[in-house]
Amino acid sequence: MAKLELNNIRKQFGHQIVPVKDMTLEVEDGEFLTLLGPSGCGKSTLLRLIAGLEQPTKGTVKIGGQNVTSIPPGKRNIAMVFQSYALYPHMTVFDNISAALKLRKIPQEEIQQRVNQVAYKLGLENLLSRKPGQLSGGQRQRVALARSLVREPDVFLLDEPLSNLDALLREQVRADLKQLFNTQQKPVVYVTHDQTEAMTLSSKIAILYDGYLQQLASPHEIYMTPANQFVAGFVGSPQMNLLPLKIENQSAVLGNYRIPLPQSPQLRESLKKGTITLGIRPEDIKLATIEDENTVEGKIFLIEDLGKEKLLSVRVNDSEQTLRLMVPADQTWEGEVIKLVLSPQQMHWFEIETGNRIKE
Amino acid sequence: MAGTSPGRKPTPIILWIGVILTIIFCLAPVLWQLLTSFKTNNAIQAIPTIYFPSFNQLTLNHYAQLGLTFLRYVLNSAFVSFTSTALCLAIGAPAAYTLARLKLPGENIILSFVLIVSLFPYVLLFLGLLEVVKSLNLGNNYIALIVPYTAINLPLTLLILRSFFQQLPKDLEDSAKIDGYTTLSMLWYIVLPMTVPALVTTGILTFIFAWNEFIFALTFITRESLYTIPVAVAQIGGSSVYEIPYGPIAAATVAGTLPLVILVLLFQRRIVQGITAGAVKG
Repeated sequence: MAKLELNNIRKQFGHQIVPVKDMTLEVEDGEFLTLLGPSGCGKSTLLRLIAGLEQPTKGTVKIGGQNVTSIPPGKRNIAMVFQSYALYPHMTVFDNISAALKLRKIPQEEIQQRVNQVAYKLGLENLLSRKPGQLSGGQRQRVALARSLVREPDVFLLDEPLSNLDALLREQVRADLKQLFNTQQKPVVYVTHDQTEAMTLSSKIAILYDGYLQQLASPHEIYMTPANQFVAGFVGSPQMNLLPLKIENQSAVLGNYRIPLPQSPQLRESLKKGTITLGIRPEDIKLATIEDENTVEGKIFLIEDLGKEKLLSVRVNDSEQTLRLMVPADQTWEGEVIKLVLSPQQMHWFEIETGNRIKE
Repeated sequence: MAGTSPGRKPTPIILWIGVILTIIFCLAPVLWQLLTSFKTNNAIQAIPTIYFPSFNQLTLNHYAQLGLTFLRYVLNSAFVSFTSTALCLAIGAPAAYTLARLKLPGENIILSFVLIVSLFPYVLLFLGLLEVVKSLNLGNNYIALIVPYTAINLPLTLLILRSFFQQLPKDLEDSAKIDGYTTLSMLWYIVLPMTVPALVTTGILTFIFAWNEFIFALTFITRESLYTIPVAVAQIGGSSVYEIPYGPIAAATVAGTLPLVILVLLFQRRIVQGITAGAVKG
């Protein structure tokens, strides 16, 4: 039982720099929370605040119901894996893994046993007497993981642990990580700027931007119903089309096409302003067939071949707007001017001023 | 370049000639000193100069003449140099760590003062220091040498160690904190072992300075039993008006330099070791 709670955390350096403005989060046992955001969004700072390496300017950190805000990192019973691994270069792998246990005065036999167990789990048995300098990148990464697992901590913190591995290894380690932490039944907080990692590993994702929590939800929910325009644009690749449109007679205007707006009390503000943002993912736009009505006509100005699919960029007729859409690699069409169908179920609407999602 | 096979570049030959010339340029005075220390007085004074003495032109007499008193000078030098080096590192390392890791207000001002002090020609200090030594009654005392040697080398030690500490990955210290090290045990068990190469480098610089320093040693120490090597060697030269005892001077120079050479060669490997390899991603 080691629920991690953050209450109204704020961190300020000097007067100007406020990487974390106001965040409230909860991570339950066995939950894998990923902090996702562009660089400078405060995600690493937040992790360091949980670890106790930084003191919050305001707010509290609780682990298992106990307020640990002013407790030093060594006494919080947390383990952290660093992006750089941070192995002690002058110690052997065994000493690296066991350092924290020795400091906690755990009997020698138990240390030996726990280290061996973890080393076996991660395939490090033959490397225990080596120094970090004699290991490959992947091996160092496993030592760093072993060092945190052997602690049996209340909370696991991981700061971009995969970003120093090459692409192939990263995919494999990602799968291993998922299995490994599934068995731990402890809160895991994972920091990354890689959305694939976030989507595949997490049970929950916290999208951070500008020092605030933008959305906290399951990967599926974040993808399907982004809470605001930032989340919509940040998650998903290729990026969601986000088009600021004018409103005329209860429908949004895209070229010669009128898109009916959803029924929502939230629409009032946008109707008053006369503008609204339409979000639609490239995979939710199709080339129109003859039977389709309500099509948008536009001219292709760029084709990007991604192998499995083609990414078309289209300028909508009679407007400045462009749309990007994904079509299967074997799809054909005639001429540069094509007709598109926008699937109404997959449309997302956002207020232009606040960027907030308009809920139906 | 007629006759050279195609693709063969002349650069290696030029490179080697350059290397050999440089080595000769650097080592010739030392080799000359070494040769002189083994030649008999007649061979030293012979004209034309004897570059390759025959067996009966060689002698160990110059070394024998140095005697046990010279050992005393070596020990004096060793004591003064070791103590000031140790002090310099003991004071410099924590100060450098503080300057590297804590965001102190006015850090740049402190650093520029340190830099200014290190730029000051130390020879100009000795008259003032002589007054200080006199008034504190420290003449003929090792302390009169140890304190200024330490002080003069502190700025450089501070600057070198500071830039070294700045290069040390901060993650290691964070990781140590999470593992549960206290600040002191972290400095001792994690930071210090990684700092050894830098400590050795700056230590050797300080040691060489202290070992070779002449003016202070000449002015502040007048009792012969406290002489350091540079002063002692100079005294050999000044002992006779009518002839310059090249042989003994050369022998004393070689004997006085040898400990330094051995020390540097011993620690050189530690400097090159590159102990931080593998700490962070490689």
